[in-house]
Amino acid sequence: MSLRSAADVAVGTEIPEQVLRVTRADLVRYAGASGDFNPIHWNERVATEVGLPGVIAHGMFTMALASGVVTRWAGDPGAVEEYHVRFGRPVVVPDDENGAEVTVRGKVGAVLEDGRIRVDLTVTTDGEKVLSLARATVRLA
Amino acid sequence: MALDRELVGRSYPPSAVYEVGRAKIAEFAAAIGADHPVHVDADAARAAGYPDVIAPPTFAIVVSLEAAFVVLSDPEVSLDYSRVVHGEQKFIHHRPIRAGDRLVATTTIDAVRSVAGNDLLTTRVDLATEDGEAVCTTTSMLVARGA
Repeated sequence: MSLRSAADVAVGTEIPEQVLRVTRADLVRYAGASGDFNPIHWNERVATEVGLPGVIAHGMFTMALASGVVTRWAGDPGAVEEYHVRFGRPVVVPDDENGAEVTVRGKVGAVLEDGRIRVDLTVTTDGEKVLSLARATVRLA
Repeated sequence: MALDRELVGRSYPPSAVYEVGRAKIAEFAAAIGADHPVHVDADAARAAGYPDVIAPPTFAIVVSLEAAFVVLSDPEVSLDYSRVVHGEQKFIHHRPIRAGDRLVATTTIDAVRSVAGNDLLTTRVDLATEDGEAVCTTTSMLVARGA
């Protein structure tokens, strides 16, 4: 898993799509690991009281999952220099074993200087975009 | 309740030192399914050119979120946390966060806005080592949904 070479990518190069499953257990685990215990990410009563359709994934969890797709492709998680997302709609996570499915696609949107590239991500659940913007600047070899 | 525009530019005193541990990096990486060996294996990290295991790109939120609570607990910033959702997030890494880093977080309010009855609060957290080496800048926009 070494760093991909900038010589091997061009504008339009696609990053393999990945479909990731998110369950309530994943959210509890992420809450513990991240320290974000906002109850809307684990408590149905609180989530619906504040007007959400149900328990939703942490935006940061979705952001982290999408970054994994980029770093697995790039070959080195330390190569991500900038990462910017706008959260469009929440990922509602049902209280069952299947949870929600998050699909991450990406392509190279720009080739920058010094081996850097910009990866543009499309992150969807049930066919709807959950991130209205998701871009990573990655320094390749 | 609308946020006071005078809050823009307000900066809070630097946080206590957060020491990044290997176990915390491993726990965070596992929670997000990041299975690259550089997160858990110091030899693999060194082979990739890092002094120790490195954190995934969004790990900085662990440190910056804790630091940003100084804003939410500011009596002049009245946000109901249960009504808060995350609107936008950006990380600028000057280098990867790694085990052994002793990080100090400085939090600044970058912007406040009111849109369609919702309060939008943008905070920036600058993470640096206690020796002053800039490591990461995180910018978070929170939306407090109107009651």
